[in-house]
Amino acid sequence: MDIIKLSAIDMKEKLKNKEISSRDIVEAHIKRIDEVDEEVNAFITLTKEEALNTADEIDKKIKVGENLGLLAGIPIGIKDNIITYGTKTTCGSKMLENFIPPYESTVVERIKKEDGIILGKTNMDEFAMGSLMETSYFGSTKNPIDLERSPGGSSGGSAAAVKAEEVALSLGSDTGGSIRQPASYCGVVGIKPTYGLISRYGLVSVANSLDQIGISGRNVSDAALMLDAIAGHDIKDSTSMDMENINYLEGLNEDIKGMKIALPKEYFNIDMDNGIKDKVMEAVKVFETLGAEVEEVSLPNTNYALATYYVIATAEISSNLSRFDGVRYGYRAEGYETLDELYMKTRSEAFGKEVKSRIMAGTYFLSSEHAEEYYEKALRLRTLIKDDFDKAFEKYDIILSPTTPNLPFKLGEINNPFIMETSDIFTIPVNLAGICAMSIPCGYIEGLPVGMQIIGDRFKELDILRAGYAFEKHLSIGGER
Amino acid sequence: MISKDDIKNTAELSKLGITEEEAEDFMKDFSKILDYVDQLKTVDTDGVEPTYHVSSKIQPLREDIVKESMSREDVIQNAPEEQYGYFKLLRVMD
Repeated sequence: MDIIKLSAIDMKEKLKNKEISSRDIVEAHIKRIDEVDEEVNAFITLTKEEALNTADEIDKKIKVGENLGLLAGIPIGIKDNIITYGTKTTCGSKMLENFIPPYESTVVERIKKEDGIILGKTNMDEFAMGSLMETSYFGSTKNPIDLERSPGGSSGGSAAAVKAEEVALSLGSDTGGSIRQPASYCGVVGIKPTYGLISRYGLVSVANSLDQIGISGRNVSDAALMLDAIAGHDIKDSTSMDMENINYLEGLNEDIKGMKIALPKEYFNIDMDNGIKDKVMEAVKVFETLGAEVEEVSLPNTNYALATYYVIATAEISSNLSRFDGVRYGYRAEGYETLDELYMKTRSEAFGKEVKSRIMAGTYFLSSEHAEEYYEKALRLRTLIKDDFDKAFEKYDIILSPTTPNLPFKLGEINNPFIMETSDIFTIPVNLAGICAMSIPCGYIEGLPVGMQIIGDRFKELDILRAGYAFEKHLSIGGER
Repeated sequence: MISKDDIKNTAELSKLGITEEEAEDFMKDFSKILDYVDQLKTVDTDGVEPTYHVSSKIQPLREDIVKESMSREDVIQNAPEEQYGYFKLLRVMD
């Protein structure tokens, strides 16, 4: 049996049935990491020893017949912008190169409570800014499918680690597509839950009205299991919603007869790489075969989403990143004479180019002369974009689209960062509206994966998971083994 | 049209020191972005409320109960410079 090839759920089952030990699982994954990660570079920090100790504790629990948590024995990667108590959390930046958090994020606390095993912190674009894994201070992550290509970003390390079988599940964050686009590029499942479903306590804020923690996994069931473990209200995050708990894994069901599916015509009119549209339309046919009803819908403000996002995201970035000033934690420059010089030198030396330009753009949009014409205008457009979705969900259960209009780029291929943003054109509106979405593999073009995006209404994760599960059962590509 | 002085001023407000060359580069890139973003101005948003936050529900408040918080040692452990258990900084006021 090749342990690393098992689904997360199978690993847990075999552990419970005493076919394998927790230590076996961790050792198999450490061996895999030792073999591939020098090249893939999915991790910034590894926590091998801690993982082995946790494994031994779980094996002890099994021996004495103690109850096991939801994630028992499952090896997990955590994006390096999610705080881990006592383990370096860098955000992929020189600014936090040596930052060791003195507290725990809520999601990590919940994973540990459910006996999940954290194997390390995954690589990311600096402060989650970038879509190619080219802005990390710790080097690029490579796409395990083709090492010359980008795994997508910013949660590129999390998606690549899952694809390369270095971990079974991982957490990432998604501000404008940062989980879904890498999931598409790496041929894995990636969920961006509804804003407010998962506590952001301990997620380093970038654009806090858009940020959401989410999941990468090799199939829908595994991702649903992780969602069960981490979703729910948290007293430490006032934006997390207090609502009845849903059991996502139990709610999965192959029957989607009568499910109402919308195809947004504006999305399909956008320029795409050859073949992507065809692959998604083939997937749409599968849904029809399964008994779903498919119609075209209009989301008329789609074309303004990118500009709206750019203004709002950079504005929030410029505010959130003002906390990095070299005073309380993080990098501090040397050779300054005034306090202002300390701030300026520290920030100039420790932030990368992409981060600086977004901070400056946001500062411009928020400045007293321009706030009304840009920032406030964008907030009003955001309302229109959100209303488009609200209207569509009055009639439909889910919306289908490609996840990105491109196949994975080669690393170093793109030199105009703004062009790159357009690869997020299908994912950005979801964050603006605060709704949920998932990327799921729907085929390959010349060996490169194509992702399909399934969008659902606020807190209707079960709808998108059920649709994804039914599709995956039917097609079995890349996902369910 | 955005000028180099605007860029320098924005960098100053952002507490970022930039070189002449960086200012030039950013001016070029940012001009293109502004051209793109300017399309928002063509949309009629009269009577449309701004969305600062997507959540329509009222955010829950918790009881204000005193609990133990992080220790001083934990708070200070990541400080680039500390002295007597405080963050060490230049003198701010004369």
